[in-house]
Parts: sequence; structure tokens; C-alpha cells
Amino acid sequence: MALLEIENLVVEFETASGPFRAVNGVSMKVHEGEVLAIVGESGSGKSVSMLAAMGLLPWTAKVTADKLTFNGRDLLAMPASERRKIIGKDIAMIFQEPVASLNPCFTVGFQIEEVLRVHMGLDKAARRKRAIELFQAVGIADPAERLGSYPHQMSGGQCQRVMIAIAIACNPKLLIADEPTTALDVTIQKQILDLLMKLQADHGMGLIMITHNMGVVAETADRVVVQYKGRKMEEADVLTLFENPKSNYTRALLAALPDNATGDRLPTISELFVDDQVEGAAR
Amino acid sequence: MSQAAATSAVSTDPSRRARLAEFWYYFSENRGAVIGLVFFIFLVLLAIFAPLIAPHDPTQQYRDAVLVPPVWQEGGRADYLLGTDAVGRDMLSRLIFGTQFSLFVGVIVTTLSLVVGVVFGVIAGYFRGWVDTAIMRVMDIILAFPSLLLALVLVAILGPGLVNAMIAISLVYQPHFVRLARAAVMSEKSRDYVVAAKVAGAGHTRLMFKTILPNCMAPLIVQATLSFSSAILDAAALGFLGMGAQPPTPEWGTMLAEAREFIQSKWWVVTLPGVAILITVLAINLMGDGLRDALDPKLKRS
Amino acid sequence: MSVILEARNIVRDYHVPGSFLKKAKTVHAVKGVSFQVEKGKTLAIVGESGCGKSTLGRILTLIDPATSGDLLIEGNKVDIAKGDLTPEMRRKVQIVFQNPYGSLNPRQKIGDILTEPLVINTKTPADERRDRAMTLLKKVGLEEKHYNRYPHMFSGGQRQRVAIARALMLNPKLLVLDEPVSALDLSVQAQVLNLLADLQDEFQLTYVFISHDLSVVRYIADEVMVMYFGEAVEYGSRDEVFADPKHSYTKTLFAATPRADVDSIRARLAKKKAA
Repeated sequence: MALLEIENLVVEFETASGPFRAVNGVSMKVHEGEVLAIVGESGSGKSVSMLAAMGLLPWTAKVTADKLTFNGRDLLAMPASERRKIIGKDIAMIFQEPVASLNPCFTVGFQIEEVLRVHMGLDKAARRKRAIELFQAVGIADPAERLGSYPHQMSGGQCQRVMIAIAIACNPKLLIADEPTTALDVTIQKQILDLLMKLQADHGMGLIMITHNMGVVAETADRVVVQYKGRKMEEADVLTLFENPKSNYTRALLAALPDNATGDRLPTISELFVDDQVEGAAR
Repeated sequence: MSQAAATSAVSTDPSRRARLAEFWYYFSENRGAVIGLVFFIFLVLLAIFAPLIAPHDPTQQYRDAVLVPPVWQEGGRADYLLGTDAVGRDMLSRLIFGTQFSLFVGVIVTTLSLVVGVVFGVIAGYFRGWVDTAIMRVMDIILAFPSLLLALVLVAILGPGLVNAMIAISLVYQPHFVRLARAAVMSEKSRDYVVAAKVAGAGHTRLMFKTILPNCMAPLIVQATLSFSSAILDAAALGFLGMGAQPPTPEWGTMLAEAREFIQSKWWVVTLPGVAILITVLAINLMGDGLRDALDPKLKRS
Repeated sequence: MSVILEARNIVRDYHVPGSFLKKAKTVHAVKGVSFQVEKGKTLAIVGESGCGKSTLGRILTLIDPATSGDLLIEGNKVDIAKGDLTPEMRRKVQIVFQNPYGSLNPRQKIGDILTEPLVINTKTPADERRDRAMTLLKKVGLEEKHYNRYPHMFSGGQRQRVAIARALMLNPKLLVLDEPVSALDLSVQAQVLNLLADLQDEFQLTYVFISHDLSVVRYIADEVMVMYFGEAVEYGSRDEVFADPKHSYTKTLFAATPRADVDSIRARLAKKKAA
């Protein structure tokens, strides 16, 4: 059975210039122990679809779906309080800006223990013990000492490690990573990706990697969903996608990578891929 | 990402009208703001056409009609819709002419403190260092006094009168604008477009007032609306204390002061100017809230 | 080939004033960097955040002065700390920033943004200014109708085109590109890189390309300098550096860069299966 199952998800935002459809009929499945990458450029609705699944969108968003289940339970039908119990415990999320995702007023130790208190109901000593374990698991040196640090005293890479520690604190079944390494340097990115892959393999979690970086996709994913302007363009396992992409958009996206440059000019997406929806609107 | 998607949808229409439409969309979300705006426009019209609308001359004393109650009360007369005061002047006409003075006070005080405050604030925020310290310490000193008390002292030095009261009040309001402008400039100053203008060769004056200042206006406009109403309130207070507009000027605060002795007996002489002040200030404040919703990008929902 | 830009032993120190509990200290952001760039070539400065590459970029663009060392533009020594920055010098070096959302004044129309450098530096009449702006607007792939619009009506890639056009308004010899494509989507990144290459060919421009993205650098650069904690740890032609990195940091950097080719995916999947 699929861990997270989304069928025909539509998200609309109410804006000053009328409704705006950010996600347009996206379907996908994530299985246990699987790494799914969602790739797309800005405006492709890749983050919005995940936020919608977690119910984290502002009230201006209208979310509809034929099916939106986690572990067989319908997320749309359940009351908000029920949903909150699942989110943060069984589904965890980490974000692009690690420093901004931590509350600057509290120590990182407090923030991780808070999660343990709310979702696991551990007592004080057990919380601290578990927090140190978690910090060790994500590779933070001097875990006991580091619990007393404030986010601004740590580097971006360390903050992302703390975020990951908080995310896996309750042994989630599914971890959603929204551009987890975009704000980080390449050498740190490598460390964080390695860490995520290791934790995923150890715990057998489902992992959704939202990214725009084809390199990250190639290094992490089992299966890939390519999104463009709120629609799903292609879904394939990672090798097939890179070796033999089916959709024109994916082909164009891969061709635009500077790594694959052959001449002294890069082929651009607009040359290779005609967006029928936009073209139609222009005419 | 969700923000990027939504903002691109909000404003891709190129025309100026579309931006106005967007402003109106956020402004009209706030119903109080719209009511405030409508009432404010009504007040402006009232002030402009006061001589045409007012049934009587505001300073004309009708000896035969002293302390006539409003028309709906026993003894009221159709000639004097809201009654007359202790020397037989028509309340309605005086209130209508009073809007002229109140709006005048608001406009002058706000413009004066805005312009001077912005100049000092921008200079302080842009240059920092000892210039900043000097300007901000002076502002701190002004802020350390209770505002009305300081205004009172200033008027006492300058001599009572509406013009002096306005000068005093605008001086008291100065620090708010200086602080706001300084903070806004400091956050804008390190933005890339400012550096880009510097690379293009722009000098200090150009950077300060042409590049940076236009991007700092939103909070200043909101603050200006709010001080507009406080200025009216303070001018009325000074008038009430006999330090602002002098009789027989039909200024609301002065009218209140003259009517003090009738608080218990002739309610309309006291209440009506008070109510006029109250709803005017309320309307402008509501409008300011709406402006903040529409202009402050931080409060915009995307 | 003439040397457009030469840096000799550039040093930049930041003085962090002490406070009640902390002692004052000096941060060495750039520690004696030297290089030369020839006309029409591209030097890429690669490094991670905090390595001093952007500080160096600001020194090259004559925004901040260097603490010590010489900066020569077309053989003439410039030291803005001494105040010998003439408008002619200013015109020779321009910059394009990383974030196209912050580098254009939101309250100025595109036309005003483009003509501003001319207004400040030259006595060009208004209609000539307009003509030049229009020419460059078309050159960077935008249209005349965009002249009267505001920056917020454009996408990130379009804004970056405007920023490039603005940098070219004064006919500079040297363009400092501070991560010009790292905030852009992949498809837009390819377009902007192509545009930069086209402009370089047409105007014989010299680029200093600051970046952290090795795949972009490998594509665009003629020479590569790798910076690490304020020092240039590796400096050489692109092929030299990529084929045979000498410094251990450069090697680490190459190893960490994710690869998007089929072979490495195969290798990874095989390793995963084995585990």
C-alpha cells in the first residue's frame, strides 16, 4: 500500500486579479522506503502541492482532490486537530532556509525537546537523552553542548542538521524535504544529502525531495515526478528519466544543463519545448 | 515558491490602473477603511463649500435666540437645526466652518512634520555616525516630554494662536517621522539597487532622495494619516486650554472651552463639537488602518 | 592581447569593533589575491559562501576600497580610498548582481533605470539616451514596449536582462557578474548564459564571473580561480583546473558537485542494491 496517495490534486489561490491555479490535477504515490523527487522550476507548483497535502496553506487557498490519503486515512475528510496529530509525527517536513525555519528566540535544544514533548509525551530526562541521540544521529559534534545553542550561533549547514533532527525526532513514516540544500554550499549540500540518504535507508522512511536541481535528483531519487506550471509532465524511475525521457519538457530541461553543453551555446527550453497552454493563451 | 507563484499572478498587468485596482482591492477589504474614506471625503467637501452650505454666518450673534436647543427638542427652532450657543451663534454653521480649521490644522501639521522629519530621518539613516547620533538624541529629548505638555510650553513661548499651535504640534510630531524614515532608509540602503545606482555614479543627494526615499514612503504615508488625526485632536486640546485658536474662531476645541459652564445644563453646546472631533478622528484613523493594509507589503497576503 | 584588469596582492580587512565583552578583532576577508584578465576573456572566481569572492567583486567594481594592494584597469592604477575615481574610470567597470529582485529600483520604470547612468555621467540629450536604452533593450532580448513598465511586472530572467542592459549603458570594458544566474531557473539560466556569451562576442567584453556553481563555470570560463577563506588556492586555465586540480579543497569541491549523468546514476543505484 502506498504511504501517501494523491489523485487529481487542484490548488487555487484567490488573488486580486482573480483565481490563480497553482496546481492543476497532479497525482502521485509514495511508497514506504522510497525516495521520490519532485522536480520543477519556480511556479511549477511543486512545493504548493506538498504544502496542500499537509494542510499548511493559508486560507486563501482552495484545495480539492479526488483522493488524498496517508497510510490509507483520508487527510481531507479528517478534522484539523486529527490532521495536526499526524503532521509533525508521521509526516515531517524540512525547508529551504534552515536558519529561518528555526525560532531565533529559543535554543535548538528547547525546540527539539518541544517536539518530543508534544508528540511523544516523554519526561524531561528522557527528552534530553533522546535529543542528544538525535543530534548524534545527524552528525552534530558535541551534542550535549550544542543543545544550548541558539540558531544564530550555528552555521546554515548545522541548522539544517538540527531541522533534520527535529523532523526525524518522532520516527516519521514520511519525510518531505523542500529544497533542503538550495541555500547551502556544495560541500555542505553533499554532507546533508548523504545524511538524508543514510537516515532514509536506516529508518526505511518514505522521502519526498522537492528540488529544481537535476544533480540532486540524480544523486538521490528512486523515482521522479516532473512538474511544469502546476501540471505533471512525466513520472518515471530515475534512470529512465535521464536515459530516455518521454516528455519534451524533460528532454529540454536536461539539454539546458551546462554539464551537457556540446556547442558554445546552450539549447534553451523555449527552443526545444513549446508550451501549448501558454502558446494557446497568447493567440 | 508559493509566494512567487502568487505574486506573479497578482500583478502582471502593466498599466497604472491595474496597480490602482490592486491598491483598491486591499483597501476595500477593510470595510471600516471605506467608511472612513467616505466620511473623510464628505468632510473635505464640507470644508470647501462651507460658505455655501452653512445656513448662517458662524460669528453672527442672534440676540433673540440664545441657547436654543436643537430642532427635535422642545423649544427648538427650524432656523437653528442644532441649536445655538451662549451668545446666539448657530451651532450647525459653526461646526461646518470648524471642519475648515480642523482639516487645515491636519494638513499643515502633517506636511510640516513629514517634510522636515523625512529630511532629517533620511540624512540620519543614510550617513549614520555622529550625524545620526546628533539628530537622534535631539529627537529622543523631544520624545522624553509628554507631547501635549511640550506643545503647551512652546505655545506659551510663541504666544497663543492657531498658527503657533500648529508649529508647536508639528515639532512635537517630528520624532515619529524621523525615526520611521531613518529605520526605512537603513533597511533599504544596503539593497542591491542602491549599490547599482552607486556604481552608475550617483551622488549622495541623488541616492538619498531619488533612489532610496521613494521606496520608504509606505510607512510614512500611514504614519502621516494617523498623525493627521492626532494633530486635530491636539489642536482641539490646545484650543480647549485657551492656547490654540482664539474666540470667536469656530474651532471645535475652542468651542468646547467656551461651552464648559453648560456641561450639566445645555448638553448640545458641549456634546456636538465633541462628537464632531470624535467621528472625524475615528474616520481618519480607520482610513489609516486601511492604508496600512494596502500599502504595507508585510501585511499583504500572497 | 591587452590586459584589461590586473589585481596585485589585493587585501581586504574588516575591522570589527570591540564591545563590552568582546575584544576588537580584524577579519581578513581577502588575503592577497593577484590575477590578470585579458580583453574579451572570462575569469571565473569560484568559492563557497564566506570565501571572500563577493568582497573581491565589490573591490573590482570600485564600490569598496581594498585595504592594500593595487588594482589596475587598462594599466591605470585606481584607488578609491584616495578619491581618484574619475567618471571615466567609473564607466569602465559595471556590475550585475545575483538577485534580480533586489537590484532594480522598484519605484523606477525600466526606461529610467536604463537611462540613469547616462543622466548622471554624461550630457547626452534625452532622445539619444532613449535611443540607446531602446537599442540595448532589444539587444538583451526585450521589447520596446517594456520601456515604460515597472520591474515588478517582469520575471526574474527578464529582470536580469534589464540589469545586464543597465550595466552596458555606459559601454564598460569590464563586467563583474556576481552570481548572475544562481537565482534563476534552469531554463532561464541557459538563456541568460547565452545572452552573456553573445554580448561578449559582440562588444569584446571582459567578464569576471563570480559563482559557486562549477557546472556553469566550466561552461563559461576561460580562466578559473578558486578561493578558500580569502585565499586563491587554485588559479589557471579552465581545462587545467578541471582536468587536474592541484589543491585539496578544489578536489573536495569537484567531488561534492552533484552529477546529472546516466553513468553516475547507474553507479549509485548499483551501490544501493549491493548495500
